[in-house]
Amino acid sequence: MVGIVIVSHSRLLAQGVLDATKIMADGCPVAAAGGTDDGGYGTSYEQIRSAVDAVYSADGVVVLVDMGSAVMTAEMVIEDMGYDNILLLDCPIAEGAVAASLSSLCGDDLETVKNQALSSKTEAKW
Amino acid sequence: MIRCMEQEKEFLTDLDNAIADGDHGINMARGFCAVEQKIADFGSKDIGTVLKTAGMTLVSAVGGSAGPLYGTAFMKSGMIMNGKNEMNISDFIECIKVSVEGIMQRGKAVRGEKTMLDAMIPSLEAMEKAFSDGLSDKEIIEHGVEAAKNGVEFTKTIAATKGRASYIGERSIGHQDPGATSYTFLLDVVANAL
Repeated sequence: MVGIVIVSHSRLLAQGVLDATKIMADGCPVAAAGGTDDGGYGTSYEQIRSAVDAVYSADGVVVLVDMGSAVMTAEMVIEDMGYDNILLLDCPIAEGAVAASLSSLCGDDLETVKNQALSSKTEAKW
Repeated sequence: MIRCMEQEKEFLTDLDNAIADGDHGINMARGFCAVEQKIADFGSKDIGTVLKTAGMTLVSAVGGSAGPLYGTAFMKSGMIMNGKNEMNISDFIECIKVSVEGIMQRGKAVRGEKTMLDAMIPSLEAMEKAFSDGLSDKEIIEHGVEAAKNGVEFTKTIAATKGRASYIGERSIGHQDPGATSYTFLLDVVANAL
């Protein structure tokens, strides 16, 4: 299954998005990296790296980020790991994570999971 | 630099509070404090190793956008100083040049977006000119500081289109950019050390 990583400045926000994926896609490998190492507001290279490691498999990983340093720090982790099947996605983290985790749990490949998550960016809510 | 970031922690945080998430000073102080601990026993290491280690430490410890940005700057500088035990003025200017390039690439930013680049790019240009005019090392860096300070003043006149301050857009006009300010402080430390 494709792994999902949620990166946020807030520990609670990242954990909350992870919890939201469990409602529809319990069993999909999802990891959260939220806040700094001392529990503050920000992003942590080490936490993001551990989260990617925790859900990585040959099927690949999609990484969803909130903003700013989350984008740049996740980019650095992905570049340093050097795998081409870890993708950073530009989409809303809550809606994107729900769509991606459901797609992954259904056995979709990395490309399909990516597209499912990205569709959350343009899909109207009503 | 470490002392300077500790001293200016509140000022930078106040600047950041006005237009963004109010953590720049705290983050920079935390990052440079971590660098101090990391390089404490680095006496015999070459400049490249020290700069690269400082960069990696900033990426890990800062927690905000300044981490990947300053981290990239120090790591890129470390690469060109690999194996060297002395840094001359042209090495220094080259370090700033690769730092600007690295930051532009990492932050997907250009000049004029109310970021640290609005201090860095003019200071680089001023130092390159002062170097070709044959000024002394100290004068060259002082010209860089002067241009960086003008760059900080310029950031007050424009709206942010990059970074967290872009969320408040036009309302950021009148406030100086915290990243441009911290860069100017750091360059000033170098000028005063010569």
